Amino acid sequence: MTLRIRRVVFLLAGGTLAALMLGSFAALPSFGGSHGAYGPLLDHLSVPQHHITDVVTAVNFDYRGFDTLGEEFIFFAAVLGVALILRAQRGEVVGHSVDYATDRAVPPTSDVVRVLGLGLTPPTVLFGLYVVAHGHLTPGGGFQGGVVLATGVLLIYLAGELEDLHGLYTEAALERAEAIGAAGFIGVGLLGLAAGTAFLDNTLPVGRIGSVFSAGMVPLVNASVGLEIAAGLVLLLTNFLHQTIVLRAPGRVSR
Amino acid sequence: MTPLQVMILLFVAAGGTAVVATREPLRQAMVASLFGILLAILFFVLQAPDVALSEVVVGAVALPLMILVSLAKIRGGQR
Repeated sequence: MTLRIRRVVFLLAGGTLAALMLGSFAALPSFGGSHGAYGPLLDHLSVPQHHITDVVTAVNFDYRGFDTLGEEFIFFAAVLGVALILRAQRGEVVGHSVDYATDRAVPPTSDVVRVLGLGLTPPTVLFGLYVVAHGHLTPGGGFQGGVVLATGVLLIYLAGELEDLHGLYTEAALERAEAIGAAGFIGVGLLGLAAGTAFLDNTLPVGRIGSVFSAGMVPLVNASVGLEIAAGLVLLLTNFLHQTIVLRAPGRVSR
Repeated sequence: MTPLQVMILLFVAAGGTAVVATREPLRQAMVASLFGILLAILFFVLQAPDVALSEVVVGAVALPLMILVSLAKIRGGQR
């Protein structure tokens, strides 16, 4: 295909797409002017019915919990896929990489990074746990708290070495934690079936409004999702770092 | 739309363009990280703090880190 034909095809396709999109944008409701039927309904329902003061969580983990279960397993499958692709291949060996610039010393980790990384780890972990535990009360929940928890582990790696993480967990323990988190969601969902209603129906006692132990099954779901996301994300990072820092193709190991 | 929202939206548009316009992958990872922070600010301004929290970690930290680590692996094997 010559450049001219290519340009004509692009202008035709691009022009049509631009015209259609401009037409669609013109027909959109004004910014913030559209209100669905379910929003106001759930705003008035989530607190009196299930004692959930964060309506976003009420939607995600209660009223449409089944969709969230699907989303959680998308993440589960993604972590599984990464672990499968990044597994050690035949011929790959554990070792340090060949140093190509022997005249230059590797710069040490700066003291600022060390102090900040280690100093920020406990507050980050605490904040992650807080976000998981208060998902039904304030913005946040299992997904958000889980990623914050994983950041805490990342900070340890940033402040130190990859080896520092090996004392913290094993890959097998992470895999187990991730699986327990994923299964926990289903387990909590089965409570609804056991109570004689529907899967993921919130049948547990709802407690006092605003208390950490309230909102029925929602804190339990948040805890299991938090465990799954935190373990899964750390597993993901560990796999990437292991593949880059530890595994070498044969012949690329320094002696 | 408040002036603040308009301003952040313009920043996000500029940030997205900058990510596409950066051709060198290493730099692109850094620009993408900044873009993640801009998106997080946008979500926060649009009153979605929980989404902003996820975006900070995933968009500004986890994704650029994975790109960096992958680049390190690929470049290490080239020589």
